[in-house]
Amino acid sequence: MSGDVLGTDISSFVARRVKDLAPSGIRKFFDLVASTQGVISLSIGEPDFTTPWHIRDSAIQSIKKGYTMYTSNAGMPELKEEIARYLKRSYGLEYDPATQILVTVGVSEALDLAARAIIESEDEVIIPEPCYVAYPAVVNLAGGTPVLVPTDSSTFEPVPEIIEENVTSRTKAILIGSPANPTGAVISRRVLEEIADISIAHNLIVLSDEIYARLIYGAEHVPIASLPGMKERTVLLGGFSKAYAMTGWRIGYAAGNRNIISAMTKIHQYTIMCAPTMGQVGAIEALREADGDVSSMVEDYNRRRLFIVNGLREVGLSCPEPRGAFYVFPSIRETGLTSDEFAEKLLTAEKVAVVPGVAFGQSGEGHVRCCYATSLEDIKEALTRIDRFIHQQG
Amino acid sequence: MLNEVLKILEEDARRTPDDIAAMTGLKPEEVSSIIKKAEEDRLIVKYKAIVNWSKLQDEHILALIEVKTSPEKETGFDAIAETIARYPQVNTLYLVSGTYDLAVIAVGKTLQEIASFVTQKLAPLEGVQSTATHFLLKKYKEDGVILEGGEENRRQSVVL
Ligand SMILES: Cc1ncc(COP(=O)(O)O)c(C=O)c1O
Repeated sequence: MSGDVLGTDISSFVARRVKDLAPSGIRKFFDLVASTQGVISLSIGEPDFTTPWHIRDSAIQSIKKGYTMYTSNAGMPELKEEIARYLKRSYGLEYDPATQILVTVGVSEALDLAARAIIESEDEVIIPEPCYVAYPAVVNLAGGTPVLVPTDSSTFEPVPEIIEENVTSRTKAILIGSPANPTGAVISRRVLEEIADISIAHNLIVLSDEIYARLIYGAEHVPIASLPGMKERTVLLGGFSKAYAMTGWRIGYAAGNRNIISAMTKIHQYTIMCAPTMGQVGAIEALREADGDVSSMVEDYNRRRLFIVNGLREVGLSCPEPRGAFYVFPSIRETGLTSDEFAEKLLTAEKVAVVPGVAFGQSGEGHVRCCYATSLEDIKEALTRIDRFIHQQG
Repeated sequence: MLNEVLKILEEDARRTPDDIAAMTGLKPEEVSSIIKKAEEDRLIVKYKAIVNWSKLQDEHILALIEVKTSPEKETGFDAIAETIARYPQVNTLYLVSGTYDLAVIAVGKTLQEIASFVTQKLAPLEGVQSTATHFLLKKYKEDGVILEGGEENRRQSVVL
């Protein structure tokens, strides 16, 4: 074994909690996709738009002007002010930019910081699933225990009763995402109110991943922080990757109670220093000038959303209408295959990549995630191939 | 919904009523009748392809011609503009603000053809005071499309 030098197994140095971390189901699958030629991929959860030009230009200009240094640890004051303004004008939420907002390296970092800031060893965090792959991982890495609970099997909204049944004396927080990856589900106000009641009754924090908030189609995005009594106990996580097509810029933020934000900032300053300066400049431009770009991208996603939902239903896969993000999560139970088998066979037989639902948790079994942030031509061709594939199974 | 159908066609005129129906939630028949009506009302004026002629040898010559005119009392710029618009060499014609009045985009097979259109047809017209002809050297972008060196998809595989 090449890992075997110095007479010891080097892998024994890897910390237990990292070893125990499940390898992402998507990673495994992507390796397979990468080694296959001519694949149409509905598996990449990232906008297919490039960042609007004026945002790119603002960052280019900033580099020319010499914005090449660190910013304040918590982020550029102008950016924090713009974020506060955005949350106020969109949802009536008021945060003090100086003490209640932290700029992070994407929502990814914000999730990690939030988990590390609040979790003591063996604290439990309730996470409705199927969910984004990082949720249980950040809780595990922080030394806590993710308690995965199923969502409603038809709407994929969290089920408040199930959440409440799983609250124990060790529960510290509930972690939700809406609109959701991988289902595209948008949590309704009614369900959020019930989650809010539970968190107040049991004195829990709510970590709310709202990265897809602006990618929403004919539904209402309600930040749980805007519900009565919730602002102080919610950590709102927002970002730029999806709505502004800025995945590579690595900018996100957290807004919440000053004690939690200050705890997160402490970790952030030791481990990250500050989010990338050029990215922050681009984010300022995005918040100031990109509303028009966002609406035209949303219009475009919406056409593809309607197209793919219609197409999947036509080939016989049942599929709740997703109201947010850029994912559909059709059921593949009819085919008698597991989601792993379905994805793998579809890839080898027809060269279409979708992600097995089980990668997002046990209750994702029986479904696959299709991302429609890809050209309509590819979606159309993928649907033709999926149709052929399903009929060959039967 | 009319606007939505028009936007989709403006982006890609070859979308079929079936596709547009799937993209909008309308029925294919509804899409067809919206399109038919829009064509009748000349909301949709024409369907055409954006051709990158420079990839072929038989490239067209294009010129942007600035035209200064003396507008007429009654009809303003309309009468002279309508006359100019009738020449087959005129591809596009706009009334503009600024130091000249009419912007003409003329097309020809050869430089000669455009030159003689300007000297023999356009300049002598009654009401035309002066012209300035700019030959197009290279097209970078047309109708919202960057012709060369556009951006490919640079997405890499990532866990998300
Ligand atoms: C639900 C969800 N949260 C967070 C992220 C991470 O986003 P960021 O680029 O801001 O780190 C993603 C990315 O796919 C996501 O889907």
